[in-house]
Amino acid sequence: MDIFLIGLIAATLRVATPLILGTLGELFCERAGILNLGIEGIMFFGAFVGFVVAGASGSLWLGVLAAILAGALAGLLMAFLAVQLGVNQHVSGLGITLLLTGFSLFSFRLVFGEPRVPPSIDPFSRLSPLGETPILGPIFEQYALTYIALAIVPLVWWALYRTSFGLQIRAVGENPEAADAAGVSVYRVRYAALMIGSGLMGAAGAFLSLAQLGAFTYGIIAGRGWVCIALIIFGNWEPIKVLWGALLFGGVFALQLRLQTSGLQLPYEVFLALPYLVTIAALTVAGRNASYPAALLKPYKRE
Amino acid sequence: MSKKALWSLLALGILLVGLAAGCATPTPEKVVETVVVTQQVQVEVTKQVEVQVTVIPTEAPAAKLKVFGAFATPIEEPWDGVIHSALLAAQDEGKIEYTYTDDIGYAGDMERVLREVSEQQQPNIIFGDAFGNEEAVRRVAADYPDIAFVFGSGLGPSEPNVSVFDNWIHEPAYLCGMLAGGLTQSNTIGVVGGHPVPEVNRLVNAFVAGAKSVNPEAKVLVTFINSWFDPAAAKEAALAQIDSGADVLYAERFGVIEAAQENSLFAFGNMSDQSDLAPDFVVSSPVWNMNPTVDYIINQVASGAYTAQDLKDFSMVAKGGASLAPFHATESKIPADLAAMVKEREEQIKSGLFRVDIDEQQPQPVN
Repeated sequence: MDIFLIGLIAATLRVATPLILGTLGELFCERAGILNLGIEGIMFFGAFVGFVVAGASGSLWLGVLAAILAGALAGLLMAFLAVQLGVNQHVSGLGITLLLTGFSLFSFRLVFGEPRVPPSIDPFSRLSPLGETPILGPIFEQYALTYIALAIVPLVWWALYRTSFGLQIRAVGENPEAADAAGVSVYRVRYAALMIGSGLMGAAGAFLSLAQLGAFTYGIIAGRGWVCIALIIFGNWEPIKVLWGALLFGGVFALQLRLQTSGLQLPYEVFLALPYLVTIAALTVAGRNASYPAALLKPYKRE
Repeated sequence: MSKKALWSLLALGILLVGLAAGCATPTPEKVVETVVVTQQVQVEVTKQVEVQVTVIPTEAPAAKLKVFGAFATPIEEPWDGVIHSALLAAQDEGKIEYTYTDDIGYAGDMERVLREVSEQQQPNIIFGDAFGNEEAVRRVAADYPDIAFVFGSGLGPSEPNVSVFDNWIHEPAYLCGMLAGGLTQSNTIGVVGGHPVPEVNRLVNAFVAGAKSVNPEAKVLVTFINSWFDPAAAKEAALAQIDSGADVLYAERFGVIEAAQENSLFAFGNMSDQSDLAPDFVVSSPVWNMNPTVDYIINQVASGAYTAQDLKDFSMVAKGGASLAPFHATESKIPADLAAMVKEREEQIKSGLFRVDIDEQQPQPVN
C-alpha cells in the first residue's frame, strides 16, 4: 500500500473526528425530538472555551472537559427555550448559534485583544499505539480524541438501544404523550439529552482548537455543524450508520485535497464539490426511507 | 399579551443580545474641539497712555480628521486586520479620531452602515474593504461627495471620491518563492490558498516564479480550500501536499504553518509577519503594510488635495507598503549565498531595477 492510500485513510479519520462527535451529539438531541440547530455555535463555543481553559491551565484535557461543560451549558439554554418554553426549534437553535458565535468572538477579544496572528498553544500530539508497524502504524497515528470518538459510537448505540435511559430518549422522541402516560418525565429526558448531545458538540469544537490546530480563530468551525445535521439524515438517526456517513464525507474530503495536487486536469471546483456531491447523492438514496423521530420539531406541552 | 407571545419576545431578546455581542463596536468618543478666539482690544483712555494688549497669534489647532473603518469580516481576518492596524497606528500617533465596525458581511448591511455613518458621524474619510460590496460602496459614496471613500477593491477608482487600494505584495511573495526554491530538498513546494481570485493568484504566481528563478527543477503544488477561513481544512490540504512530497510550504491562509511545524518543515506566512506561529519553522512572510496608504490619504484630505485614485503604489515595496518579514530564528538555517541572492533582488526591487510580473491567471495545480 503506498503513501497515497495510507495518508488518505489517516486523513479521513482526522477529518471525520469532529463530524463524528458533532453528529453523535446531534443524534442525542434529535432522537429526543429536538432539532438542535445551535450545533454550529455550540461547536464554536466549545472550541473557544476549550482553548482558553487549556491555555490558562496548561492542561489540554482540562480544556476538553471545559468544552464539554460549556456545550452542556449551551444545551441547557437550548432546552430551556425549546423544551420549557416550547419556542420554535429552528428559531431557538439558530438563535443559539448566533448568540454563541458572537459571544465567543466578543470574549476572544476581551481575553486576547486584537492580535495580528492567532494566539496558539501546543496542541495534543498524535498517539502511535501500533508504533512502526507497516501500513497500520502510520494509519493509526491519531489523536486520542479520534480514538475516543470512535469508541463513543458503539457506546451511544448501547446507551440508546440497551439502557432504560436510551429507551426513554427514543420514547420522548417518538411519542411524548405515551411516554408521559408511562411515567417518563418528558422535560427531564429532553433536558438530559440536549445537555449530553451539546456536550459532545463542545468536544467536537475542542478537537479542532486543541488537537487539529492548537489555535482558536474566527471561522474555525466553518460549517461543520451544518454538515453534521445532514449526516444525521444520511445515517437515518442511527449511530453506526452515522459513523459511516462521517467517514464517507471525511474520506471524500481528504481524497479531493489529494486529487487537487495529483495533476489531474480538472477545474479545482470539481474536487471541492466532491464531498458535498457524494453526500447529496447518498442522501437521495438513503434519505428516501428516512425514518425521523416522529415527535421531532414538536414542542411538548403537558395538558 | 398571551404567554406564548411573551416567551417569543424573550427568545427574541436573547437573539438580540447575541447580535449585539456579535457586532462589538466600540462607542465613538466625543470630539472636543477647542476654539481659540483671538481679539484685538482697543482701550480708550483720557490720558494719552497707550495700552498694549499683546495678542499671541495662536493658530486654531487643526481638528483631527475623523476616520471610520467599515470591514466586511471580523478584524481577525488578516486582510482587514492590516487596514485596521494601520488606522490604529495613525490614531496612536494622534493624527486621526478612529472608530470602526467589523463583520458587516455581504448581505446588504454595508450600504446601511455606510449611510448611517455618513449621516450621523460625518467622518472625513471612510476606509474599508469593498470586495463583495463594490456597488453598495459606490452608491453611498456618490451621495456623500465630501467624504473620502478609500476602499480595498479589485476594481478601479470612481470620481469624485472613491479611491481604491489592494494588497500588492507579489514582490515579497516572489522573494519568499526564491527562498523556498533554495530551501527545498525534495524539489517539491506546497502552496495552500483560499479562493483563486486575482489578489491570491498574483501572490501564488509570483511565489512560483521566484521559486523557479533559483530552482528551475522545483515543482510547486497549489491547492485551494475555497474558503477564506477554515484553518483545519487548510492544514489538511498542507498535510496532503506533504504526503505528495512537499517539504516547504507557503501558507496563503492560516492553518498551513501548523502542518509544517508538526512535520518540522519550513513554511512561509502571508500578509503579516507570522513568525510567532512557529518561530523555528516560519522563514519569512510577505508583509502588507497599509501605513503609507493611510498616511498619504490623511495628508491629501487634510490639505484639501484629495482626489479619487488608485493607490496601488503605496502598497508596494518601493513606498514601504510591502516588505519581506525578517527571518528571526531561522536566519542561521538559511544558506548564506541564498540569503545574499534574495537580499540583492530585494534591493533591485526597491530601487526599481527589477519588476516582478503581475500574473493574475489562476495558477495550475502543479507547476
